[in-house]
This record gives sequence, structure tokens and C-alpha cells, in this order.
Amino acid sequence: MITVRDLTKTFVKLKALNDISLSFQSGECIALLGPNGCGKTTLIKAILGMVVPNTGSIEFKGQSILGQWQYRNLIGYMPQIGRYPENMTIANVFEMMKDIRRDSRRILDEDLISSFNLNDLMHKKMHTLSGGTRQKVSAALAFLFNPDVLILDEPTAGLDPLASERLKEKIASEKEKGKLVLITSHVLSELDDLITEVCYMQEGQLAFHKKLDDLKAETGEDKLSKAIPQVLMFQSILI
Amino acid sequence: MKKILKYVVVDIVQNKIVLIYTFLLLLISLSVFNLESNSAKGLLSLLNIILILVPLICIIFSTIYIYNSSEFIELLVSQPLKRKSIWISLFGGLASSLSLAFFIGGGIPILLYHADSTGFMMIAVGLFLTVVFVSIAMLAAGMTRDKAKGIGLSILLWLYFSLIFDALVLFFLFQFQDYPLEKAMVCFSFLNPIDLARIQILLQMDISALMGYTGAVFREFFGNEIGVALSFVGLFLWILFPLLLSLKRFNERDL
Repeated sequence: MITVRDLTKTFVKLKALNDISLSFQSGECIALLGPNGCGKTTLIKAILGMVVPNTGSIEFKGQSILGQWQYRNLIGYMPQIGRYPENMTIANVFEMMKDIRRDSRRILDEDLISSFNLNDLMHKKMHTLSGGTRQKVSAALAFLFNPDVLILDEPTAGLDPLASERLKEKIASEKEKGKLVLITSHVLSELDDLITEVCYMQEGQLAFHKKLDDLKAETGEDKLSKAIPQVLMFQSILI
Repeated sequence: MKKILKYVVVDIVQNKIVLIYTFLLLLISLSVFNLESNSAKGLLSLLNIILILVPLICIIFSTIYIYNSSEFIELLVSQPLKRKSIWISLFGGLASSLSLAFFIGGGIPILLYHADSTGFMMIAVGLFLTVVFVSIAMLAAGMTRDKAKGIGLSILLWLYFSLIFDALVLFFLFQFQDYPLEKAMVCFSFLNPIDLARIQILLQMDISALMGYTGAVFREFFGNEIGVALSFVGLFLWILFPLLLSLKRFNERDL
């Protein structure tokens, strides 16, 4: 579904992505992990066309995304920090997005709006919202257009436990429908029962990309939070 | 593209600063026409105010607006929209709402008190200046991510076009006064949209020798019709180039 080839991106001096090659298939739920500043968000933004890479290519369903925009009809994106026009109400934001994406002619999926109880807050302006409520709006927008690919950047950061549980249920049910879900997160424990593949990045490079089952079998650990340090340690011994 | 334009225009029209700008212009133009016994004199005083005020408000308001819309732009870029149409809509929204403000504030009084070809020319020039300085603001705001730097840059640009440029031209004239400089002067006037706008009006009013050296030379060089046509072409290029340059930068920018 998404293929990344030899992607390199340099910000002034910092090499944010260094020769990354990856491919993601639909029906998978992929965790994109790594320490802070390792290039996860840059990779996601490159896939969305928000960051323009220096070299390398990204293909979406076999077509290069360079200069393209229609492919984003098939993507729902939840940013790490949702930034919205401050003097719009939640209802305005939803209306605007529906208006912008009207051409995609998808059945609207308003599950999250109701399960987060956003309907009661629709008249509130964006600048009055708490960080968590903003995250809820971002999440609801990402799922709203029933996209084939979901890209979630730190989806549960700032959400209360109840909401984060509901979001995880929603992610699981979308995965069952054969969609590609790409998640970055720092909280390893909550990903265990959700994901099928793990990508680990370090300093702009891909450390490994493995199926979760393989990873567990190799390390003999059942928990992601224990398996990953083991693989990394093993790799550093090899080098 | 129409969709984004709609949201931008609605947002700007609700903005109080644009309303204040409209009323300020209205107040100034009405009082200028009422103070002068002769409406032609009034028009001339209004010209000087328009040449200073319109570029200043347009460039600074647009620059700040673009910086304040960074969230909006970020949100739109992750959606299925062309970057080009996002940027052009932003430009279109700013240009059309500020043009509307100028038309209500300056255009209507001119039509009321001095509705002849000079008056129409004045409105056309004011609208052109509005769009030119929105376009320059797009470029200034696209140059840097730092809001303070961007606004500083646009203030400097305004200062350059309205004051420093004339000083430089005068300096140049005095330094090289032994040489024939007419052709060079005509070329210079194309480097400043405010100069072009002034020449435009002065050619129309037949008082080119009164204000600005470049105006007189321009008239001598081109005569009226070609002069007016050429300066409109010049103003049009001043809209096009900064906009295209900023669009190119925006297309390559990381958000």
C-alpha cells in the first residue's frame, strides 16, 4: 500500500531521515517506535506530503506521491498536536472538513464523535478547549471519512483512560476491516494487543521492521516493552 | 479552491481591523473632499494618503494574517488539497477582502464627489496597490518562519517602497547629474509599484511636473496612453512575480 524508498530528509544541519526504506501493507497495524527526535513524525509528514524529502521516493498504491494530492482522500491523519483555527467552533471545524473532503464521497463514520461525547461541546471555540478535547477532535476527524489508511501520531497522549480505551477499540475494529493503521506511541504497554508489526527507528535510521509474532518468538518475551530492548541489545552486540 | 477561499474571506471580513481600516478610509476620504472647495484638489490630497496608507495596512495586515493562519494552513496541507490552491486561496481571500475594504472606504466617496475618468483611475490604482502589497506580503511571510522577522521584513519593504526608494533615486540623480538619465529613470520607476501608481494618476491629471521627477520623465518619454498602459503592465507584474515566487517557496516548504 505504502512503499518508502531510500528516503532522506535533512533539516539545516540535522539529518532527520537517513536512507529509510519501508513498505506497509493494508490489513496491518504498524507501530512506529523510537526515542524522541528519531524521525517518526518526519516520516509520517513525508508520507502526507507535508515534508518534502531531499532524496528518495514514496509510493502510495504504486504511484509516486510527489506533487500529488488526491491520494490524501484515502488517508485519515491525527497529528501529534492538533492545531486548528482558534476562533472556529468544533462544529465549524467539522463542517469545514466535510466541505473540503466532500469530493471523496465516503460514508461518514461518526462513531468517535458520539463515543467521545463531542456533540455536547460542538458550540465551543477551539481556543477554549483543553489539550485532551483537542486530541478527541483530531481523532474524530481522522476517522470521520472512513479512510483506507489511518495515520495516528501519538494518539493516546493526553487522552483520559476511558477515551483512550474507546480509541483503541475503534482502532482495533478498523484494523479488522482490512485498513492500514500506522501508529506512533511512546507507551509500549498499550500497543501489545493492537499491533501486528513493529518498526523501530533510531537517529533517522530504521533499526528493524518485524512482525510482532516473529519479534516475540525471537526474544521469547510476551511484552513489547521487554522484547524491544532485547532486540536492540542483540543488534548492538552484532555491530 | 472556492471552498477554502470562502472560509478565508469569511474569517477576514469578521476581523475588526479590516472594519476599522474601512471606516478610517471612509472618514479620511469624506473629510478630504469636504475640506477642499475643489474636488480635484481633494482628489490630489487623497492620492497622497492612499499612496502611504493603503500599502502600509495591506502589507502588515496580510503578513500578520498569514502567520496567524499557520494552524489553518497546516490543517489544510494534510488534507486532499493542492498546496497551490491553498496558497492562492489565501492570496485571493486577502486580496478580495482588502480590495472590498478599499472600495467601500475610498472608492465610494470618490464616486460620490469626483466620478470622472481621474476618479476611476484613482480607484483602479488603489485596488492595484492593495493587491500588489498583499502579494508582496505573501512573499515576505513565506521567506521566514519567524513571525517577528517576517513582520519586520514587511515593514522594511513598505519603508523602502514609500520613502527610501525616492531618496535613493534622488541621490542617484545628484551623483550623476552630468549625464542624461531619462531612460534610466523610466526603468527605475518600474522598480517601485508606489511610483508606478503615482505616475498613473499624475499622467491622468495632467500635472505630472508637480510631483516626483519620474512622473515628468515618464510623460515625456511615453506620452499619456502608452504610459498608462505600460504602468498598468508594470503593476500587474508586481502582483504576479512576488506571488509566483512565494508560491514556489510554499510548494517546497516543510510544515
